[in-house]
Amino acid sequence: MDGRREYGFFVQMKIRINGEEKEIKEGLSLAALLDEFQIRPGRVVVELNRDIITREAHGSTALKEGDALEIVHFVGGG
Amino acid sequence: MEDHFELAGVKYRSRLIVGTGKYKDFAETKKAIEVSGAEIVTVAVRRVNITDPNRENLLDYLDPKRYTILPNTAGCYNADDAVRTCRLAREAGVGKLVKLEVIGDDKTLFPDIPATLEAAKILVQEGFVVLPYITDDPVTAKKLQDIGCAAVMPLAAPIGSGLGIRNPYNIRIILEQATVPVIVDAGVGTASDAAIAMEMGCDGVLMNTAIAGAKDPILMAEAMRLGIEAGRKAFLAGRIPKKLYATASSPLEGILG
Repeated sequence: MDGRREYGFFVQMKIRINGEEKEIKEGLSLAALLDEFQIRPGRVVVELNRDIITREAHGSTALKEGDALEIVHFVGGG
Repeated sequence: MEDHFELAGVKYRSRLIVGTGKYKDFAETKKAIEVSGAEIVTVAVRRVNITDPNRENLLDYLDPKRYTILPNTAGCYNADDAVRTCRLAREAGVGKLVKLEVIGDDKTLFPDIPATLEAAKILVQEGFVVLPYITDDPVTAKKLQDIGCAAVMPLAAPIGSGLGIRNPYNIRIILEQATVPVIVDAGVGTASDAAIAMEMGCDGVLMNTAIAGAKDPILMAEAMRLGIEAGRKAFLAGRIPKKLYATASSPLEGILG
């Protein structure tokens, strides 16, 4: 299992979030990840490996080693 | 007199569309937009800062129930990225309206027209209400209208330049052939620029820097609201023709002998 490391009870895995590599607990759902990063799901849109994940599917989407997430929101623009 | 700006079947009172970039903070953004009277506001789609996600969100200040949110594709340099950005924006649940801009050059921020046409075709097919930012080219405007865009948005001058309408004759030709609203997008500097666009018969004006970059953005927002209203009324009223010589305003009869 490349990239996975054990820390005590938790197995860590590497994913990319907005271009940055992060280590997160294995088996975390997308909803749990957003919660962990204190991101309000109602204000963001998430792409997992280039596919948009609807808000309803956040809870049932399990993340895995090597996943690439894009988490975007609206900012000021013209 | 009832005068509405109709876009994709929705009627608006205001013909001013404003951006939300470059303000000091969200409070100033909100105040300027309120004073401008705009009902449609543009926003950009960007990555969340995951190391500091708890910062306030623009939508905390702009209620999507009150304003029509118009996400843009600013920063996209090809059709794929623009389409991807629009799909993400739609998932945010604020509607199907998108401001399509595919940039072709860093220095002028002029649009890449072939890429804009390509993206517009895909987006229209996917059910988006597409408002494309274009150069003031009547041929491009016609093509985008034929593809099914809900409006065409020729620039007055380069984005953020404040130069005003550089080619009023092209805008006139675009207006003459248009079957969809014509919105002047970008390059407006001050209230008279906005008024000129409206006097020419444009359906609306989209601006950001002219307000946000003014010394007093709130006061400029009001000036722009009035400029747009004045220009629109002048257009509806029908201006007098320009003449080289004078015509007296006072009667020529009864002058003292």
